[in-house]
Amino acid sequence: MGYVKRKMTIVKAVTCPVCGSLCDDIELTIENGRIVKVKNGCAMCESKFLSHNSEHRVLKPLIRKNGKLVEVSLEEAVKRAAEILAEANYPILYGWSSTSCEATRVGLELAEEVGGVIDNTAVVCHGPSILSIQDIGISSCTLGQIRHRADLVVYWGSNPWSAHPRHIERYTAFSEGRFQRSAWKGYLTKIKASIAKKKIESALRRVFFRRKPSVPPQPRMELPPAMFKEGRKLIVIDVRKTKSAEIADYFMQVEPNKDYELLQAFRALIRDQEIDVDEVAGVPVGYLEEVADLMIRCGFGILFFGVGLTMSKGKLRNIDAALSLVRDLNMRTKFVIMPMRGHFNVAGANTVFTWQTGYPYAVDFSLGYPRYNPGETSVTDVLLRGESEASLIVASDPVANFPRKAAEHLVKNPLIVIDPHMSVTAQMADVVIPSAFVGIEASGTAYRMDHVPLPLKKVVDPPKGVLPDEEILRRILSEVRKLKRKMLVEAA
Amino acid sequence: MRENPKLRVTLLTGRTIEQGVGKERGKASKEYMESVSVCYIDPEDLKKLGIKEKTNVLVSTDYGSVVVKAIKSLRGPHPEVVFIPYGPWANVVVDPETHSVGMPSLKGIPAEIEPAPDKPILSLEELLEEQFEKR
Repeated sequence: MGYVKRKMTIVKAVTCPVCGSLCDDIELTIENGRIVKVKNGCAMCESKFLSHNSEHRVLKPLIRKNGKLVEVSLEEAVKRAAEILAEANYPILYGWSSTSCEATRVGLELAEEVGGVIDNTAVVCHGPSILSIQDIGISSCTLGQIRHRADLVVYWGSNPWSAHPRHIERYTAFSEGRFQRSAWKGYLTKIKASIAKKKIESALRRVFFRRKPSVPPQPRMELPPAMFKEGRKLIVIDVRKTKSAEIADYFMQVEPNKDYELLQAFRALIRDQEIDVDEVAGVPVGYLEEVADLMIRCGFGILFFGVGLTMSKGKLRNIDAALSLVRDLNMRTKFVIMPMRGHFNVAGANTVFTWQTGYPYAVDFSLGYPRYNPGETSVTDVLLRGESEASLIVASDPVANFPRKAAEHLVKNPLIVIDPHMSVTAQMADVVIPSAFVGIEASGTAYRMDHVPLPLKKVVDPPKGVLPDEEILRRILSEVRKLKRKMLVEAA
Repeated sequence: MRENPKLRVTLLTGRTIEQGVGKERGKASKEYMESVSVCYIDPEDLKKLGIKEKTNVLVSTDYGSVVVKAIKSLRGPHPEVVFIPYGPWANVVVDPETHSVGMPSLKGIPAEIEPAPDKPILSLEELLEEQFEKR
């Protein structure tokens, strides 16, 4: 086969390491060790797979010397990282949601060794949901069940079109299930009708030359006819009209910070109680009654909730209300609920944390045994109180995602970053160790948002000298153990 | 000179697909910066502020203030509700209060917005330098 110059391979059934949907039908074309084509993926998936060798990669370990990051050997960077962690009384080990379960396991060992606080990105995502699930319980299922059976899909405080772009297509309204047909065609008809309407309007405007635009249409006072159609229905409840809301059969706009009131109003209606006000959270009670009726009449309903509930006023109490609403609904019909987990392995991080320590996030090892008290042992609070002395950030970018005040304390103290990219946090770090992309250049396990574990594939080799997170953490751990032994001998 | 009109709004932060694509491309990339240093504003509110789309605006809260680019929201009407995608620019103005559960208040923050056509949007490096002491 000497005439084949270009070595091109196609890898099928690749799991996408971007969001919690963990789509596992991606097809990659690899040419000379580079991914050149991505099939089936969304925009984020494509961006990640095609950027694995972009100019924003870190290729050599870096250490800050005289205020500048300079290239060093891997051994030197690992040694410096181990020194920082071994010397700190109260270090933070944060991230874990964009790496493999295997790497997280080593991270937990390291946290125990150095006696620090280990936390994952759930703390600024679905941490409140976890707290609430521990209080109330959750009636949930896998995404496959939803794909095949759900006839009513509700997204609350979540914008899957932007954050989980293929979620609707793979698991809910637009998926072709065994017992439920896809609502895709109906959506296409709706789009075509709206385009035609816009065309007619613009033609009329041209005919009636510079006529003032008419008054914007008033919100409908009854549910749109699509809500009474046969088959799958999609409802979006959110504080703003997102792209997902446009796709939906019905969109309910709730006033910011008033989700709790709306959830409790639904609970009252589902228990056949009367509400003696005209509107709740900006929504007329008439609508609420119609939607509550739809929820009761469905055969299998699912409520997906996003960080719109966990980040706004009420936080975990909003989730209490949502979980209770679904519990109430189960007295009338079959209904399940699921958080829309963001990072591809945040559910895996929670799972591994729980196996190893008993707690899903915000675990404090400073007393030698694991303690869990979000609000006290959560990384955000430790930072806001200014208590930590050093930090190790793995596969996460807190400087880009934490409120400024929390990030301020993070960058003030020695900071170690393990990341494939020159992230915002890496730019502020003292030690940067480049790592291989898990799911592209390193294999591992990740948990989908419904807690189904899926294998992540290694499809190309990492750049020369760049190791996976797991291996880097093992080296740091072994170095920390050496240092600790030395410290003990010296103290004796 | 007449004082700039100010508008009291509720600030939301969140994901946009552009931010999602930008973050996977690389945090130092132009795409990322352009996707997160913006503020989506209702067309009516733009009128009230007396500005056109793509004018710089100053968003201020009790926690800080930041200059971002005003973008006309296509998904109105949502008067007096503005949206900045997650990122270093939004972090300057979000509420760090965790209410003892670890979660900062990243959505639904009272804010004030005013036109700032003369103030530049800081680049990521400039922003980091301004916000955090360089060692």
